[in-house]
Parts: sequence; C-alpha cells; structure tokens
Amino acid sequence: MSLLEARAIRAGYGDFQALHGIDFRVEPGEAVAIIGANGAGKTTFLRAIAGQLPLSQGNVRFDGQALDGWPAQRVAAAGMAMVPEGRMLFPSLNVEENLLIGGYSRRAGPWNLQRVYALFPILREFRLRNGTELSGGQQQMVAVGRALMANPKLLLCDEISLGLAPVVVRDIYRTLPQIRAEGMAIVLVEQDIGQALKVADRVACFQEGRVALEGIPGELTREQITLAYFGS
Amino acid sequence: MNDPSAPTRDADAPFAGVAVTRGNRVSFVAAVVAAILVVGIAAMPWWAERDQLRLVTEFLYLLALAQMWNLLAGYGGLLSVGQQAFVGLGAYSLVTLGLHGGLNVFAIVPLAGIVGAVVAVAISPLLFRLRGAQFAVGTWVAAEVFRLVMANMPFVSGGSGVSIANAVRGMSIDWRDAMTLWVALVLGVGSMLGIYALLRSRHGLALVAVRDSERSSQSLGIDVRRVKLLVYVAAAAGCAMIGALIFVTKLRVSPDSAFSIEWSTTALFIVVIGGIGTLEGPLVGTIIFFALREWLSDLGSIYMIVLGILTMLVVLLAKDGLWGLVAKRVDLPIFPLRRKVRGLDGP
Amino acid sequence: MAEWINTILQGVLLGGLYAMFAAGLSLSFGVMRMINIAHGDMIVFAGYAAIAVASALGAPPFVAALIVVPALAALGYAAQRLVFNRTFGGDPMRPLLLTFGLSIVIQNSLLAVFSADVRGLDTGGLSTATLDLGGQIGLGVLPMIAMGAALATIAAVQWLFRHTRVGRAFRATSDDPGTAQLMGIDRHHIYALAMAVASAVVALAGVFLVMRTTIGPTDGPARLLYSFESVIIGGLGSVWGTVAGGVILGVAQAVGAKLNPGWGVLFGHLAFFLVLSLRPQGLFPKTRDR
Repeated sequence: MSLLEARAIRAGYGDFQALHGIDFRVEPGEAVAIIGANGAGKTTFLRAIAGQLPLSQGNVRFDGQALDGWPAQRVAAAGMAMVPEGRMLFPSLNVEENLLIGGYSRRAGPWNLQRVYALFPILREFRLRNGTELSGGQQQMVAVGRALMANPKLLLCDEISLGLAPVVVRDIYRTLPQIRAEGMAIVLVEQDIGQALKVADRVACFQEGRVALEGIPGELTREQITLAYFGS
Repeated sequence: MNDPSAPTRDADAPFAGVAVTRGNRVSFVAAVVAAILVVGIAAMPWWAERDQLRLVTEFLYLLALAQMWNLLAGYGGLLSVGQQAFVGLGAYSLVTLGLHGGLNVFAIVPLAGIVGAVVAVAISPLLFRLRGAQFAVGTWVAAEVFRLVMANMPFVSGGSGVSIANAVRGMSIDWRDAMTLWVALVLGVGSMLGIYALLRSRHGLALVAVRDSERSSQSLGIDVRRVKLLVYVAAAAGCAMIGALIFVTKLRVSPDSAFSIEWSTTALFIVVIGGIGTLEGPLVGTIIFFALREWLSDLGSIYMIVLGILTMLVVLLAKDGLWGLVAKRVDLPIFPLRRKVRGLDGP
Repeated sequence: MAEWINTILQGVLLGGLYAMFAAGLSLSFGVMRMINIAHGDMIVFAGYAAIAVASALGAPPFVAALIVVPALAALGYAAQRLVFNRTFGGDPMRPLLLTFGLSIVIQNSLLAVFSADVRGLDTGGLSTATLDLGGQIGLGVLPMIAMGAALATIAAVQWLFRHTRVGRAFRATSDDPGTAQLMGIDRHHIYALAMAVASAVVALAGVFLVMRTTIGPTDGPARLLYSFESVIIGGLGSVWGTVAGGVILGVAQAVGAKLNPGWGVLFGHLAFFLVLSLRPQGLFPKTRDR
C-alpha cells in the first residue's frame, strides 16, 4: 500500500482553479520530485495534501487513512511534515526554539535536537540567535531541521533551493541520504531540475495544474522533460 | 457567438444603445416615499403633539449620530469609541457661545461643527499613531481627557454641569420645538444624503477602496492618510453639530452627560445591528433601537443586556446586520450605488 | 517633602496593581492581536465573584482567590473557544465589536444582580496596615503585597512564554498561525489557552482590586483604559515594559491627585498622550508590526 495516495485532486483559490485532477502517489521510503514551471501548481498541490488548502474534488489517503477535510495540524500530527516555501521561520523564536517547535507533536522517532545539530553543525553555533540573523542557506537548514524534529513519515520540501547559491544547495542536498536513512519518504518540489533528478527515485512534471509526465529519472529523455515542462 | 436571438451590432458603433445607469425602479419609488415622509415630518409642528415631536426629533438626531459612526467605521475603516468627545464639544459650544456668548442656539449648530472639525484636525496626528483596536481605545481616552478637563473648569461650572435654559429664554417652546425638529431633520436627512453624495463621487470610490484594502489603494496612488483624515474630520464636525442640537433639547450640560460613552455605545449598537457599511443599515438600526426601547424600557438593565446580546449575535451570525440579511435575499438598493450596464444584451 | 515621597511611593505601588491589570491585556493582544474591550469588566466581574465566594463561604480573600482564579481561567478558555474564535480571521473590527457588546452585557448583568452599590472585600485590617519606613514615610502593606503578586505573576507568565512548549506555541502562533499549524499546533486551542492564562491573571487582579478598594458594576471601562495606557506606555510586546508602564501611570495619577483631587486620572491620560507623542512605540517595545 502506498504511503501517500492522492486521487483526482482539484483545488484552487476562490474562483481560480489551480489543480485540475492530479493523481499522485508516494511509496514508503521513496523520494519523488515534482518539477514544473512557475504557476504549474506544485506548491498548491503540497498545500492541498498537507491540509492547508481545501480540496474542491478528489481525496487523499496517507498512511492508510483518508484525510477527509483534516485540518493541517491533524495531518502534521499524523506524520506529514512540510518545509514550506520561503522557509517561514518564526521570528519570535531563536534557532533552537524553531527546531523545538518542530517537535511540538511529540512524535516518536530517531530525530531529536542533538541529531539535527549533528546533521547541520553550524546551527549549534547559532542556536540562540534569531533566525533573521542567519544566511539563506542556514535558514533553510533550520527549516529542514524543524520539519525533521516532527519525526515524519513523509517530508514535503517546497523549493528548498529557492534563492540559494548553487554550492549551498549542494551542501543541503548532500544531507539527504542521512535524512532518508531510516526510511523517511520525501517529496521534493524543485525549480533546480538537475538536483531533483539526481536524488529522486521518481519524478512528476506538472504543467498548468496537471501531471504532464511521470517516470524514473534515468529513463526520461531531456526532450520529454522539456516538452512536459513548457508544454507545446 | 452565433445566437440568432441576440441583437446584431453595428460594427461601427458597437456600444450604441448601451448605457451605464445607477438608478432603478426601487430607488425611484423609495425617493418619492422619502420625499413625502420628509415633508410630512417637517409639517409635524402643525399636526403632531409635543411628545411625538420630541420622539421624532430624537429619532432623527440618533440616526444622524449613527450615520456619522457608520461613516467612520463602515466606510472609513476607523472604529472609534470616542465620538462622544465631539458630541460633548458641541454641547459645550452651546455653553460658551450660547449661554455666555448670547448667540442664538440654532446658529451655534453649524459653528459647533467648525469647532469639532478644528479640534479633530488638532488631535488627529496623535491619534493616528495608533491603528485598529488601539486607535479605538485611544479615541476613548481622548474623550475622557475632554470630559475631565471640562469637569475641572469653573468657567463651564465644572463637574456639576450648567443649565443653558437662559440661552433659550425669549423663545416660545413651540417655536423652539419646531426649530429643533427642523434642524434635526436637516442633520438626519442631510447626513444620509451627504454620505450618499460622497459615495457616488470620486472620493467615495477612494473611500471604499481604502476600506477594502489599504495597500492596494496606496499602490493606486490614493493618499490613504488624507482620506482617513478627511473622514475623521467630517465625522467629528457632524458629531459636534449633533451634540449641540441634542443639548438644546436637554437644556442641561454636564461633563458626564455630554461626554458619556453612551453616545458611542448607542451609535455602535444601532449601526452594528442595522448593518455596518451601508446607508440603509443605520436607518433600520435606529428603528429597531427605538422599538426595543419602547418594549423593554421598563426593565432597566435588562434592556441594555438585550441590546448587548443582540449586538454580539449579529457580529457572530449576521455580520452585515439585519439589513444585510434582507439585502442578501432581496435586491432592494434604496440608495443605489452600484453601476449597472444596460443594453449589452438588448434594450 | 515626605508627603511627596509618600505620594510617589503610593503611585509606584498603584502601578503594580495596574501592571497586573495590564498583563492580561498584553497577553491576549500579544498572542491573538485582539484587544478585549470587556477586559476591565472581566476584572470587575472577578472582583464581584471573589466577594460573593468569600461571603458565601465565610472565607478569607486568598481562599476566594483559589476558587475564582481557576474558575475564570476555565470560563476564559470556553469563551475564546466557543465565541471569540469565531470572529477571527476576517475583519479585525469584529472581535472589537463583539467584546464591546460583551462589556455592556457584563456591566448591566452585574448591575442587575448586585445593584449599583459599591462593594469591597474584607481583608481584616490588611487594607489599612502600613509599614513605617521612618521620617513620616510609609508603605501600605496591601499595596506592597499586590506589587509583589504582580511581579511574581508577570515573572511566571514570562517563564511560561520563554521556557515551555506551550509558550513557544504561543509565540509561534502569534507570528504565523498558518505555519504554526504545520507544526501540529491547533490555533483554536492555543488562542483559548492564551485566553485562559490571561483570564487567570485578570481574576487575580480583580481579587486584589476589591481588597484595595470598593467597586461598582460600571468600573470596568476605567480599568480597561488604565490597562491599555500601561501597555502603550511600556511598549507593546514587552511584559516587563508593561510593569514600567503601570508604574509610570500610577505615579502620574498619584501626582495629579496630590495637586488637585480632580486631576488624578487626567494626569494619567496626559502621561499616556505624552508618551504617545514623544515615543509612540512605547518605552521598551518589542513586537514587530505584522
């Protein structure tokens, strides 16, 4: 049984429909990348399955349960953690408190403060600083660490490369194997197609609210991807 | 696209016969009915009894007060629980200009408006440092300052208050009641018409835009601060004029009655229950207010409790007020503001 | 000279009481960005509840406090969860209008039940006891206890915010309720919890109020204004700033009253406007504007 199964998802903002029937699944331990141009609906889709956006149609099953209209905090407590677009660190909390708040649900698992510091050692140095004093890359590490503290079964990463220098992006992606070591599944929404294809087991390409292409990175050609990305 | 029943359009003048209108049959009928009512009310000194005259006067000035509050909160986005500052200023204008200065009390009404406007301009830089809920409480503190200052001023006889009966000596009661009614009519009807005219104008559009979204309005070049200031000053002038009139009917001015929070409480209840942000709402609200008062006034505190609970229920369940509930079902724009395009699908 | 020192000391201790009044307001404003117009009325309500409990049980004030504080905390949780929360997330005017209506309901309910007579709580002589510091300078014992209780309460609230899981959740929800949800935080519960803590503080403040002085049903709005002024003078977002604000307000009122009995409250208002004009963000501000 899949860890995450989304069927016929339609969602939008008021009169504007952003998703027109998306089918998507994630197997336990899998890393699935979602790529697509701006406005293709990638972030909207993540928000929809995380419970931040109501579905106008379709359903989501996570870890064997139907997430029928569940509010976001319930989905989070069930084991789906999000690294949101733009990092969204809490300005009233310092670095360590941002990490601690990630563990609010008190879910059991291998991830704790020490292990996050082991993964991102620089954060231990800055633990009492406010998030706004950190560089973009360091803030991204905090955001990822915060999500890990929730000991999720599924980690949703929304554009973690956004606004970061390539070398910083590489550093963060290099930690991915450690993150997946205990079998955490990941969904990676990415603008950086190269990185996404390097780490993903499967990739889906969104275009204007639909899945235009799906497959295994090694088996898809550049032409196929370009076509799916930009459309005809 | 190829609908045979649609009128064919002349390619050279595709919009001939299309008009943008605002009025409609309902508003026309309403205007006629209103005109008849106004004439009837103006004629009351000749056909009504003194009690009825006073009741209608009170209705009209409370309606005007509610419209001022609505202008601020419903259209200006400025919640003020301190308008009693200006009501009191109007009352004390009567004392200084009328009792001490010897001017005719009815001439003082417009002068009070000027006083209110000037004071509003003077204190606005301070008050506008606060926003939202803080602004509301800030206006309340300002009103309290006025109250306490007046209570400590022997010139206006301080805390015990002063009778202004001397200012109206020499006027027959009937004449005074009649003039009071007419001024109240001007204020009540005038406030509604004035706000209506404002909303139909370019400035009115700016006002509604600011209320809906300050940031978007700013990006369109609307000077948000100036718009809010204008609204605040206009409402202050209105409240001061109304205050002057109110105390002509009461004949006794004390700091506690002139600057009483009840002026704001009453206006708030009327506008919220009737429907905030519409012109018809305060009218409906004033009617309900008077009806409830008739019904429940014997029960003292219960009356206020009912008003309070009703306000809470409206805020929770029917946030556009009772008029809003009606307007949702029945499209009855008595004060037409939306523009309709006529003629695109035929005459 | 001694008289003036006494006046200022009295003002400082009065400020302690005001700080307690204000702490509840500061808390709910900090977490929920809501000013509860019925705040002062809730303090008065708590005072009346304490009086009723004390007389019903024949018990001393602190026993009444032990009952009233948790009861009001529970009431605050329920009110926020069931009623106030429904007005959030839209027009910011709605919570204001709702609590304004509530204020009127509370005042008039108290009026109906207790009539307009003023009431107080019997402290068995504590309210008049004075600590003599020599040289004709003395400190009221009860005001000192109130000040001590205020500082202890505020320290406790600070500790709650800074060092507990719930406190982090308060701050996170206040910053960004949407992202806080992603952490598994239920904002409705958090808001209600914040209101419960605020109500507990309000209840304690109410007990001290009726120990110090007598109250009437319509004394609520004045307490709201003093709380508000303390918070603004002290600076938004800083709970210790609220203490400073309360003290400044208390001293201003005491000095004003000394100069002329009718000027006490007025001086407080003027101090408020003075700070607003010279340093609008308050003396020790900490919040950032959203």
